[in-house]
Amino acid sequence: MEEKCLQGQFKELDPILDKYAKVPGSLITILQQAQEIYGYLSIDAINYISAITDIRVAKIYGVATFYTQFRLEPIGENLIMLCQGTACHVNGSESIEEAVCEYLGIQDGETTEDNFFTINNVACLGCCSLAPVMMIKTADGDETYGNLTKVSVVKILKEIKSRA
Amino acid sequence: MRIVVGEGSCGIASGAKKTQTEIERLLAASNLDVKTNVTGCVGTCFLEPIVDIYDDDNKLYRYVRVQPKMVEEIISEHIIGNKPVEKYLIAGEDASFITKQTKIVLRNCGIINPEDIEEYIAIGGYESTKKVLKDLSQDEVINEVKKSGLGGRGGAGFPTWFKWNAAKINKGPEKYIVCNADEGDPGAFMDRSVLEGDPHAVLEGMIIGGFAMGATEGIIYCRAEYPLAIKRLEIALKQAREKGYLGKNIFGSGIDFDIRIKAGAGAFVCGEETALIASLEGERGMPRLKPPFPAQKGYWQEPTNINNVETYANISWIFEHGGDEYAKYGVEGSRGTKVFALAGKIKHGGLVEVPMGCTLRDVIFDIAGGIKNDKEFKGVQMGGPSGGCIPAELIDTPITYKTITETGAIIGSGGMVVMDEDTCMVDMARFFLDFTRKESCGKCTYCRVGTKRMLEILERITQGEGKDGDIELLLELAEKIKAGSMCGLGQTAPNPVLTTIKYFRNEYEDHIYKKKCTARTCKALITYTINDNCTGCTLCTRSCPTDAITGTLKGQHTINQDLCIQCGRCEEVCNFNAIIRE
Ligand SMILES: Cc1cc2nc3c(=O)[nH]c(=O)nc-3n(C[C@H](O)[C@H](O)[C@H](O)COP(=O)(O)O)c2cc1C
Ligand code: FES
Repeated sequence: MEEKCLQGQFKELDPILDKYAKVPGSLITILQQAQEIYGYLSIDAINYISAITDIRVAKIYGVATFYTQFRLEPIGENLIMLCQGTACHVNGSESIEEAVCEYLGIQDGETTEDNFFTINNVACLGCCSLAPVMMIKTADGDETYGNLTKVSVVKILKEIKSRA
Repeated sequence: MRIVVGEGSCGIASGAKKTQTEIERLLAASNLDVKTNVTGCVGTCFLEPIVDIYDDDNKLYRYVRVQPKMVEEIISEHIIGNKPVEKYLIAGEDASFITKQTKIVLRNCGIINPEDIEEYIAIGGYESTKKVLKDLSQDEVINEVKKSGLGGRGGAGFPTWFKWNAAKINKGPEKYIVCNADEGDPGAFMDRSVLEGDPHAVLEGMIIGGFAMGATEGIIYCRAEYPLAIKRLEIALKQAREKGYLGKNIFGSGIDFDIRIKAGAGAFVCGEETALIASLEGERGMPRLKPPFPAQKGYWQEPTNINNVETYANISWIFEHGGDEYAKYGVEGSRGTKVFALAGKIKHGGLVEVPMGCTLRDVIFDIAGGIKNDKEFKGVQMGGPSGGCIPAELIDTPITYKTITETGAIIGSGGMVVMDEDTCMVDMARFFLDFTRKESCGKCTYCRVGTKRMLEILERITQGEGKDGDIELLLELAEKIKAGSMCGLGQTAPNPVLTTIKYFRNEYEDHIYKKKCTARTCKALITYTINDNCTGCTLCTRSCPTDAITGTLKGQHTINQDLCIQCGRCEEVCNFNAIIRE
């Protein structure tokens, strides 16, 4: 029944489900690709995946909430990933977060009213020698920014906004 | 002549792409027929962007911190005029950062183009694998690894040959060889650099290991935060398949073996072997009790061997040069080299590969130049959240699995986060507990609840509300969590607290009894004031988010302590050292 009433809404998922639905152990891959398409995992998308793969909704939800990569809420056009790894922490990433949050008026995990930026704290981006670091996912791809200061980080955000 | 631009993640983050675009633009504008190419990370992250120029005799000229505006001069002087621009070339301490290292794992990083298998083959790549598949038996392979003394580079240093042998002995219709590229330690990046800079070396290690244990499939579990590593691995796999090095009948040996990538989804605990397997199977990444070990019952209950990226990268070198040759590096019990990722308050942050047995001083001071801004060295965190903090007085400790473990830390995957006088050790302990609490999978009560209780105590202490008895309570909880947790995450989670109490107990006591943070970082325990260096420029007033600073133009400014939120912005903007933090 679920499948029927959701039919057509998730056309983009069908090729992925065709490929993986019957391959054991593919749930994470399916969720990753679904999130890639829609930006997040909506309850409807989870129901649809469940209907096609015969994996229980509760289990899908369990996996989706276990891993930090998965989001159950939509995000803004640009995702700011603020590194809070050890090297970044030692080099003042907390004050960078404060500066970003204050400038945008939102907290970690939230999206600005104009839907332009979402802030997400992450564990480590692997550019630790440039700490503090952030990565911004925009429509043009991912860009990493290093050696941030409270002042430079705001400048970068302004720059991105002005390009839009 | 040819020009090679370093494009690892850190190079790109430092602007390497812009530099490369400028190089190509200028070459085209002057109609110069010079080949340009890209390479991975040489490990000198602090010198990025790096541009290497090879002359016709293949002599290398390395330009560092190359901003687009410097490119024109380099091209007109060096490429056209054939006169290297000395002032931009790597020199002195920067150069010795590289020359003082011993490169086995990183032998090709920053030299070859990781996206071109031909370059890897041209320097002898895949020769070892060919030789192994053609001439050696499974036991001979395992024996050679045994001779090398190679220990796993993912943390524990467990003998690689032993794991391979166990996986070989156990029978199953399918067998799997897995590469652990989860690199969960926040502050470590050697695996990323190897995957981005020399992916074929890892594939070779997996093919050789797969042959030794009789694996039918290889899987690389790579963390999702490394998009460039995943992209380069995909390219490498495709090229290796086209060459017949992967797939059916590899190297004409009659053996079928292929490797695929599985992207992680962000969970530190998935670096643990059994959790990693659960994650590969599409489940929540929860560890389970061992035994049975993965070599007995792993992925889909079949014999499975898991090794770290760096472990595999050593393998092809071992088969090129021999296990005995490898064992010449290092010391008894810790053979070969190890790559360390230096970050934090270090002057030259990047990757350092040294033979095991050299001292922390060799790495931190001799190679990496010591502490940034000439501050005082306080300690180094090794082994990430599972490790511990080694204090300055133990700087001459040799780096071996045994000696580092004796300090209370672990070598771990090789992250070294260096701390100076401005780093508060109680805050560091709090930071790590915050991390492990979030990353605990929740299966064991002590790990799930115990880490939370410890974190609460540490938060109280850093907020100036520490109580007599807190240190003892922390120690008691630490012992219980270690004893009451099933997997390595919980068993090691208290280590950062235990080591900081062991070596920096005075800092805990200062916080608790004197309500003082010696490193001046815990916000609740510091105050900002303005001294008479103040010129009344009003810059601080304008930067203050809470209007706590008052004063007239050219007059002395003051901070209203009731309004101050200790954000430190005034200190950052002040040009006259007038803001005092204590
Ligand atoms: C909580 C936890 C996290 C771990 N994370 C990693 C990791 O990110 N990368 C890694 O190679 N090993 C990690 N390990 C160690 C692995 O469980 C395993 O020992 C290792 O991958 C084996 O490879 P090796 O023998 O080549 O070292 C982790 C262990 C624990 C307990
Ligand atoms: S700790 Fe921030 S990039 Fe690694």
